[in-house]
Amino acid sequence: MAHKTAVVAPYFHDIDQQREVNALGMWAFLATEVMFFGGLFMAYVVYRFSYPEGFIEGSHELNLLLGSINTVILLVSSFTMAMAVHSAQTDAKRKLVMFLILTILLGTVFLGIKGVEYYEKFAHHLVPGPNFEFHGANGNHVQLFISLYFATTGLHAIHMIIGVGVLTYFLIKAIMGRYNSLNYDPVEMVGLYWHFVDIAWVFIFPLYYLIERYLTLG
Amino acid sequence: MDNFSFFPEQASTMAARIDSIYFTLVALSILFATLIAVFLVYFGIRYRRSAKTDRSNILYESMALEFGWSFIPFLMAMGIFGWSAFVYYDINRPPDDALEIYVIGKQWMWQIQHPLGKSEINELHVPINQPVKLIMTSQDVIHSFYIPAFRLKQDVLPGRYTTLWFQATQPGEYHLFCAEYCGTDHSQMIGKVVAMGQQEYERWLSGNVASESMVDAGKRLFNDNGCSSCHLASGTGIGPALEGVFGSEVQLEGGGTVLADEAYLRESILDPQAKVVAGHQPVMPSYQGVISEGGVLQLVAYIKSLSNTQ
Amino acid sequence: MTVSSPPVKLGKPSENYLNWAYGIKSWLLTTDHKRIGILYLISITAFFALGGVAAGLVRLDLLTPQGDLLTNDNYNKAFTLHGVIMVFFFLIPSIPATMGNFFIPIMIGAKDLAFPRLNLASWYVYMIGGLFTLSVVVLGGVDTGWTFYTPYSSTYANTAVILAAVGIFTAGFSSIFTAINFLVTIHKMRAPGLTWFRLPLFVWAHYATSIIILLGTPVLAITLLLVGVERLFRIGIFDPALGGDPILFQHLFWFYSHPAVYIMVLPSMGIISELITAFSRRRIFGYKAIALSSLAIALLGFLVWGHHMFVSGQSVYAGLVFSILTYFVAIPSAIKVFNWTATLYKGTIIYKTPMLYAMGFIGLFTIGGLTGLFLGAAAVDVHVTDTYFVVAHFHYVMVGATIMAYLGGLHFWWPKMTGRMYNESWGISSAILIFIGFNLTFLPQFVMGYMGMPRRYHVYPEEFQIYHVASTAGSTIMAVGYLLPLIYLTMSLFVGKKAEDNPWGAAGLEWTTSSPPPHDNFAETPIVTEEAYAYPETKTAEVPSGA
Repeated sequence: MAHKTAVVAPYFHDIDQQREVNALGMWAFLATEVMFFGGLFMAYVVYRFSYPEGFIEGSHELNLLLGSINTVILLVSSFTMAMAVHSAQTDAKRKLVMFLILTILLGTVFLGIKGVEYYEKFAHHLVPGPNFEFHGANGNHVQLFISLYFATTGLHAIHMIIGVGVLTYFLIKAIMGRYNSLNYDPVEMVGLYWHFVDIAWVFIFPLYYLIERYLTLG
Repeated sequence: MDNFSFFPEQASTMAARIDSIYFTLVALSILFATLIAVFLVYFGIRYRRSAKTDRSNILYESMALEFGWSFIPFLMAMGIFGWSAFVYYDINRPPDDALEIYVIGKQWMWQIQHPLGKSEINELHVPINQPVKLIMTSQDVIHSFYIPAFRLKQDVLPGRYTTLWFQATQPGEYHLFCAEYCGTDHSQMIGKVVAMGQQEYERWLSGNVASESMVDAGKRLFNDNGCSSCHLASGTGIGPALEGVFGSEVQLEGGGTVLADEAYLRESILDPQAKVVAGHQPVMPSYQGVISEGGVLQLVAYIKSLSNTQ
Repeated sequence: MTVSSPPVKLGKPSENYLNWAYGIKSWLLTTDHKRIGILYLISITAFFALGGVAAGLVRLDLLTPQGDLLTNDNYNKAFTLHGVIMVFFFLIPSIPATMGNFFIPIMIGAKDLAFPRLNLASWYVYMIGGLFTLSVVVLGGVDTGWTFYTPYSSTYANTAVILAAVGIFTAGFSSIFTAINFLVTIHKMRAPGLTWFRLPLFVWAHYATSIIILLGTPVLAITLLLVGVERLFRIGIFDPALGGDPILFQHLFWFYSHPAVYIMVLPSMGIISELITAFSRRRIFGYKAIALSSLAIALLGFLVWGHHMFVSGQSVYAGLVFSILTYFVAIPSAIKVFNWTATLYKGTIIYKTPMLYAMGFIGLFTIGGLTGLFLGAAAVDVHVTDTYFVVAHFHYVMVGATIMAYLGGLHFWWPKMTGRMYNESWGISSAILIFIGFNLTFLPQFVMGYMGMPRRYHVYPEEFQIYHVASTAGSTIMAVGYLLPLIYLTMSLFVGKKAEDNPWGAAGLEWTTSSPPPHDNFAETPIVTEEAYAYPETKTAEVPSGA
């Protein structure tokens, strides 16, 4: 195994301080992300309260199957991400690379499915703006719902793209042998970010896809 | 330049109440500011570097002092809050018997519509010693109807009605300003409020060309736009009868009720699918873009006249 | 065994952060928090000048009731530019990005901030945001007011709204990066022995500020994003004709913009604590009260945004809740003023320029804060909101307080940052000039506001002219007062007396380093054993010797 040394920036006392600093920094950043999405959720709450029927109709226009598949994909990707972190912490380089690749793959599939969903919306003229068409009573309110849907999932998708990009960068570093049980901070930090993006989706999915959806049995 | 003063004349019942709070705050502010200034100057001189004076036994903290100078201002603050809260509440609760006048704000002018037909641009004639309630909406952006002499203003919003009520106390002409930035000619969206004695106001109302009252105009619109063909007074039409509706609780399709106020009437005209009356089909077309805000106000006045309540 | 000492080079200046490397790359690619502070100082000064020019145009135009200088549209663009630049590109970053960046690591005994590269990134992001905003000026301006109320900004305005929104959005990220850095640094990189309650109050202030920035700025970001999306795609989120609610914008906007004013004022309060102690030569009175009141202001500041909306159409009950909470948030600020005043008691007061600014701050912040109570009284606010009364109030706290503290801190730490002393007579004269000019500018505006003069008015009724003329005259004096430090501080870089390590004899870790400090702040990590502001106590009734 390659000789490993802790990589500590010169203005830190030791690696523990560096690790604590990185973790607190990432948590602070995630707090800002919560507030960022929070504004959109606030707008959602206000308008869902005002226009319940429009939101129900809008929700039923979304592709529940694809959305559910995406939810499962993201949850699994959080698992593979956690496994990647664990692999880095335990000097398991091959597993680290494998789990990073899996996470990236799952993230990319998520984005692909999202793309398919968006394309469907375009095809049905369910895109906010001058070409919006909805055959039903609450056209304006459905447009509001769809606008918030695009804004929120679009913002989420941007975060996913950034995440996939950063993961790819770290994948390259991992292949080069950069991470080990003394230097795994970056993997853990991006793991935190990835879990956040996953949790955001866990809120987005029911709020947008599951309004008044009932499972009929038999 | 005539009388230099620190406040406009008091021309409404609210003005004196608001001024009282204001002057109390001025007095309290002068008190505290002077207190701080006196201590700053006194300490600043007594303890300047070149002064030979006792500097031993310095105090670094005192729970008693912290509590004292927190609690006493807090009590004063709560006093001011409470007093202002009562006045603010009254400002926002128009009396039931107020004379209603309709206002439409648009870039960059005020259209005022008196119930009996008189309309004005950038001028509002009102009687003194009688509560007046303005029902206002905007045709475009947010404006604000501000009468400094009455000490009152209220933002005027598109898509909604807001109200402002007052009781003028002395005849005269007072500034009317738009107080919410609304674009290029915001500072020219001004006019005047003319308060006059009761008799003078009656005379003014009936003067000039006798134009349609709001109610008559609304009735005309009601017939011309096909409303009367569905909303039969007998109640057997496609739409519900509108007699007695204003001010009542309306049962909605799908459960729930709503108070039939001006906002409900306006929404029913412009977005009829939003709330469908129980037992009726959602087939009423929307009149958004067909009837202007002014026309909507006239229809609202007409429908209100079909109720026994004012 | 021979003992050799390193060769002594006569006349060579000691190594410090300014001379340890030369060249433009060593500045533009620096990760040294001190150099980044200087980079910010230069850019922030430039933006202040631009915002000041916009203010000058506004005030000149208001000399006559007909507004003879500018057209309606250009006037509207001028006051919008003034607000946007001053709030987002001057006040918000001012103290944290310059003196915060420079001194927080030194004050806590660290070699740098937690994330030095993030620090550099924050400056670049700030500059990019500034570039967007400057391009707005070139491309015809924006005329929505810095508050961007919908539906005017989202549907009706035909100026460069989206570009301005992008500029502010970007600058917001610069702010967030700084806040993350400060929060983590203060938590995790304090020197041994430096417990929380031994920290300088300047650090406490920035800690509280960072919390506000983290939680508030993202909401502004998403709000501006929504306005931009609405303009591009007409989605109707703020357009009543499509079911949207323009008041939603106001709630989202003020949810950030009210805490934003505490982002602007808390660091300035931190500076005042430093100045009052240094120039009274004694420990502060009520250290814990001041420290904890900063946190109280940060928390309570998030609960009062609706006091900007008393006449917006929000419910009476919401108005009452916001009103009472507004009085709550006034108390911690009042506590600070009382504690600073009490700090003068039995001190040894030295009247240098920074102290003049500090005392001016206390006076002007008191007036500004007291007038906030007027606005918090909902009934009074109905009359004075959207008038010059509000304009006067916020200029008292933003300019009278925050900028006075900024200048006071700049003069206090100038010798440390640059290694040079400025000319004290010029300093005192400017401070007095600014104080006089400021009061003449804004005191008449309180009167004018209560008389009913609305804000953002290009033309106005004649009876208000006397107030406007007085105000413009004051602003001219104030402008001169601001120009003077630009001149004499810059000159001091070339001809100023070389500064000692501790020219003021002040307490604090920054004064134990050389002037200017070395590249890595401390050769060895200091160990802290004393309270903050541990000036020697006077046991006798005699005057202590020396400075």
